Amino acid sequence: MASTQSTIRIVPTGHAKRARSELMRQRLRAAGWFLVPMLVALAIVAGWPLLRTIYFSFTNASLTNLYGAELIGFKNYLNWTVLKSGRVIWSGLLADPVWWNAVWNTVRFSVISVTLETILGTVVALVLNAEFKGRGIVRAAILIPWAIPTIVSARMWGWMLNDQFGIINDVLLMFGLIDHKIAWTASSDTAMIAVLIVDVWKTTPFMALLILAGLQMVPRDIYEAAAIDGVHPVKTFWRVTLPLVRPALMVAVIFRLLDAMRIFDLIYVLTPNSSQTKTISVLARENLIDFDKFAYGSAQSTMLFLIIALMTILYIWLGKVRFDGGDR
Amino acid sequence: MAAGLKLKQVKKAYGSVQVLHGIDLDIKSGEFVVFVGPSGCGKSTLLRLIAGLEDITEGTLEIGGTVVNTLPPSKRGIAMVFQSYALYPHMTVYENMAFGLKLAKALPGEQDKRVREAAEMLQITPYLDRLPKQLSGGQRQRVAIGRAIVRDPKVFLFDEPLSNLDAALRVATRLEIAKLHERMADTTMIYVTHDQVEAMTLADRIVVLNYGVVEQVGTPMELYHTPDNLFVARFIGSPAMNIVSATITSAGAPATVQPDTGNPVTVNADVAATYLDAKATFGVRPEDLTPTDGPGLFTGTVSIVEKLGEVTLVYLDTGLPDPITVKIDGDVDIAKGARLSVTAPADRLHLFDENGVAFPRMRLSRAAE
Repeated sequence: MASTQSTIRIVPTGHAKRARSELMRQRLRAAGWFLVPMLVALAIVAGWPLLRTIYFSFTNASLTNLYGAELIGFKNYLNWTVLKSGRVIWSGLLADPVWWNAVWNTVRFSVISVTLETILGTVVALVLNAEFKGRGIVRAAILIPWAIPTIVSARMWGWMLNDQFGIINDVLLMFGLIDHKIAWTASSDTAMIAVLIVDVWKTTPFMALLILAGLQMVPRDIYEAAAIDGVHPVKTFWRVTLPLVRPALMVAVIFRLLDAMRIFDLIYVLTPNSSQTKTISVLARENLIDFDKFAYGSAQSTMLFLIIALMTILYIWLGKVRFDGGDR
Repeated sequence: MAAGLKLKQVKKAYGSVQVLHGIDLDIKSGEFVVFVGPSGCGKSTLLRLIAGLEDITEGTLEIGGTVVNTLPPSKRGIAMVFQSYALYPHMTVYENMAFGLKLAKALPGEQDKRVREAAEMLQITPYLDRLPKQLSGGQRQRVAIGRAIVRDPKVFLFDEPLSNLDAALRVATRLEIAKLHERMADTTMIYVTHDQVEAMTLADRIVVLNYGVVEQVGTPMELYHTPDNLFVARFIGSPAMNIVSATITSAGAPATVQPDTGNPVTVNADVAATYLDAKATFGVRPEDLTPTDGPGLFTGTVSIVEKLGEVTLVYLDTGLPDPITVKIDGDVDIAKGARLSVTAPADRLHLFDENGVAFPRMRLSRAAE
């Protein structure tokens, strides 16, 4: 068929060219005007706070002295003092074990929760993609955990996980799965597990919905072609479905990862002051408000921003993610 | 490897909606059968039942003498070409064609041989490493056909394979499919289309479906010359047959009818005496009508003239509810508003009773049914 492809090219005359570029300019102007309100809004609510935070991270600002702050360079990030004895004392964010503990908690939480949510979300999406009676109701019902405000669900789960009165301990005891009541949110062994359980419960529906959207883009006759080819359903999933929903899946994972990296509300409410679950956001708030180390908290926030930005860039680059609906 | 098909009272219902009302068909091994009918007539559903993509609600389906009602598609010895091609978008042409074989654990050498043979046959060898999105519609269609050939099927199923192609490509691909049938002479082929030209040109036999019922089964020429009923008469042929309601004024063979307007007409049909004075319709194809100077079958005013070069279509306003279409060979000079009389030989007239069932023809025997 290649021979039938025409190679006719229309060369615009001078007049046509001018007319088109005038049209182009008009379109660009119109596009610009449509963009202005959003750009202004973004600059006010996102750009300005971000720049202020970055600025404060290079100062010695405190809550009581925000405007009299002086620039101190990178001292919030890393600083050293040489003692008379010759010993060097490192200080600042990068030398702070509490900071690195928070980083570790954040990464651990993000990786485990997003992995679980992706797997469970895919399973749920596959079920919701099948045709059965009452599918519409189930699709709506499954979104309920996502629709409940985090504070409410964190409180609710807090009571359910409570060591004295919690229903979860009660049920586990009844079935003989544990022999004594566990203080899920307070015990250092289980605090992270508790947070993960609640987050997976809450966010799997969101993941499922995004993956479901991807699944619905896969035409039905491809499955039928696979059935005629005699491909086992499990193989069809791995060899056909998964590669085809991969673009949607990658986007969903990015969204969730960005969200998980800056987790705050759930942990702040469910397991306050637990060093096992304290994430960067929780730590930053603590420094900003509770400890009156405004500049130090700003430095932590800035670092979180850098980490998230770096991870996103890496992920998009490595995964060749496309936001325009995949690589079909 | 060849196999015929036998459908006995095959029914399909979705819940309470009956889609196919008991289809009986006997398809011979190596035959090219086309299912044709208007959209929603159940032709695609019937094909999907044969493929095993849908369950048969009632009745039996035999392929090669075995009842396959409960066999999965891959065990029925069929291959299918989909309207949308249904290629795996993330696999190259080669992988698309080899996918089924590979998972069936065919020997790599055998696999490669079969893919390359099919590719050679369809002239897609240069594209084996490309992805479907890098191919034109016609090329994708060939890949879809190639994927089916590789399966070495007993029965080849086509679901409107040409409807996504442009007109020129459609004609070219139609010829390719005809050639394919010649080359794979002992493979049974079943082809679904709503396009009567595809049906007429490709089929050994055509199955005309309407509202989930088989209206007629026959060779293209049987359907054209001796349609069993009004539906088939109108569906086959373009432009459609002219239909005029009339009253039977003399039974026997030939019979005479009186159209609602105009002169009595003698029709070469065998009408029993019980039909005397009964309502009937008679039909005549536009291409069977020729202008005449004498008192013709129809006389009227020319309302529209359509010139297509090879033929001229003239629409006659004769006082009947619908204009009479006349198809005249070549570029004829007929002015709009002129009076025109047309006539047709008696053996080219079709007579149907009140229920649309054709009366038997006198001379043309109803062959092979």
